[in-house]
Amino acid sequence: MASESHIVEYKTLGLTLAALLVLTGVTVGAASIDLGWINVWIALMIASVKAGIVLLVFMHMRWEGRTLQWSFLATVLFLAVMIGFIFWDVAFR
Amino acid sequence: MTSFYQTPEPAGFAGIRSWLITFDHKRIALLYLFSILFWFLLAVTLGGLIRLELMFPGKTVLSAQMYNSVFTLHGVIMIFLFIIPALPAVFGNFFLPIHIGAEDVYFPRLNLLSWYLYMAGGIVAIVSLFSDGFPDTGWTFYVPFSISTNTNVSTAVFAAFILGFSSMLTGLNFITTIHKMRAKTMGWLQLPLFTWSLYATAWVQLLATPVITITLVLVVVERFFNVGLFDPARGGDPILYQHLFWMYSHPAVYIMILPGMGVISEIIPVSARKSIFGYKAIVASSLAIAIAGSLVWAHHMYTSGMSETAVFVFSLLTFVVAIPSAIKVFSWVATLYKGAIEMTPPLLFSLCFIYLFSVGGLTGLVLGAAGANIHVHDTHFVVAHFHFTMFGGTGFAFFAALHYWWPKMFGKMYDFKKAYIAAILVTAGFMLHYVPMFVLGLQGMPRRYYDYLPQYAAGNFFAGFGALCMIAGIGLMMVNLLASLTRERTAGTDDPWGGVTLEWTIPSPPPLHNFDKDPEVMDYPYDFTKVVAAGSGAASMDSETGK
Repeated sequence: MASESHIVEYKTLGLTLAALLVLTGVTVGAASIDLGWINVWIALMIASVKAGIVLLVFMHMRWEGRTLQWSFLATVLFLAVMIGFIFWDVAFR
Repeated sequence: MTSFYQTPEPAGFAGIRSWLITFDHKRIALLYLFSILFWFLLAVTLGGLIRLELMFPGKTVLSAQMYNSVFTLHGVIMIFLFIIPALPAVFGNFFLPIHIGAEDVYFPRLNLLSWYLYMAGGIVAIVSLFSDGFPDTGWTFYVPFSISTNTNVSTAVFAAFILGFSSMLTGLNFITTIHKMRAKTMGWLQLPLFTWSLYATAWVQLLATPVITITLVLVVVERFFNVGLFDPARGGDPILYQHLFWMYSHPAVYIMILPGMGVISEIIPVSARKSIFGYKAIVASSLAIAIAGSLVWAHHMYTSGMSETAVFVFSLLTFVVAIPSAIKVFSWVATLYKGAIEMTPPLLFSLCFIYLFSVGGLTGLVLGAAGANIHVHDTHFVVAHFHFTMFGGTGFAFFAALHYWWPKMFGKMYDFKKAYIAAILVTAGFMLHYVPMFVLGLQGMPRRYYDYLPQYAAGNFFAGFGALCMIAGIGLMMVNLLASLTRERTAGTDDPWGGVTLEWTIPSPPPLHNFDKDPEVMDYPYDFTKVVAAGSGAASMDSETGK
């Protein structure tokens, strides 16, 4: 339930931190290999995964109610649409 | 019964000071009401100065530089300090909790903080006026001019930044309140339509406002640190600024108009003694306007140099928004059809709203069509269009809401006759003021110009005359409403119109905690069976004096 408080175990928090550090290392490693335009997409994907982990565990979204989860997804969708629609202009200039 | 005006004062906080630390949503609403009225009357005065200047060719009352600052200040105050917060912050704060059977909003302290941020933003805007001169950029702060001008853009932009936070926090508060604090027996389809409109508005406030907030920060960063974000001379993209600005500022149009539509959806069925036509369609159209209205921002930019593909896509999407707006207008008119209509001041303002908003909406289609837009872009046609939607729409809805809920908020009734005269003066003045601007725009007179060619003299003279009529009407309206406060409490203000939503089930003014017992939620919020049977309503009041 969204209204119930919950405490995340230290073990989970530690593992999350470790995952974030590993992914940071992967970002640095991937940046050192020249893959052309793919480099940017790899960096963005890793960053998205890290943001997702932070949201789910550190910000407790995993344990929240459906309303809050959908509200959050709505903001992500809004941002994606806003950025995406700019490409009606930029991509066709 | 003790009203919220008789709330016990904390020790050391007597009188006005007890209001400044209040968490009561009704008191905060009244703080907003009087501060918003102050800004509104100031901006009306500035608008009057603009029209006086343009009434005759050449210099009349303002220098050219002062004229630029005055129209910028008029726009900034009207947009950020009046139209955006007017309906949600005043009537939303006062009536949303009551409409859903709650004691207060979900975050009362955050609510008070929103008001303080609102006041801080207004004060910073005024400070910028008296420091290095108010910006001469217009309320849109377009780059690269806003980056290169020597006027005090940074402070004015900072004011808008603070006001953005106030707006976001109010939106967040309303969404949470509607989700978490509805009466236990109140489902989503038992919400009054004003509450639904506030819900749709709150989402736009919450999602779109951060975009303008960040954009304004970027303008300041570019001014202070010479980072090439928007200025082409530094490698920036000025069209990107316009995208970011309108990403907020077009949805903001719906932040302004949606609550106004909610007000009209309350007044029309009550005045017609008839269930609203198409309750679910109106709810869906509110949400559709919020969603579709967020996708059409670039129709302000057809001549900016953006791609033709973007012009085509955004023109197409603009026409889509007309559909839910038309659903609302149709539903209001259909509600009045064969209703037992009783004319009251709020209904008269509502009828004016429907007409003026429809004209505003239809001329919006002229501007939404890319081909026609090119010809009238940045002319007085645009000025007339947005004043028809924003003032004829939201402004008149605000007037309607004032007259509809005034007896509930204060327990006092105003003089009906003066209210009717004021409504007629404002509407007639409005038409005389803005219709010539449509003609001037079609003739090619650009907006924001200090002087004009002789062929535009007649139109500008009539527009100036209309402005004076309108200002006289607004003055009469304010005097009439405020004069009622000096009178004794009026009997029969608990439900003077025969309303059926929850605010009409409690005393006027409401008690501190709104409801002394659990509110009785009706299965359908617009069921007038009992009102019609009892024959109650405004007819039982003396329409001459409103008593």
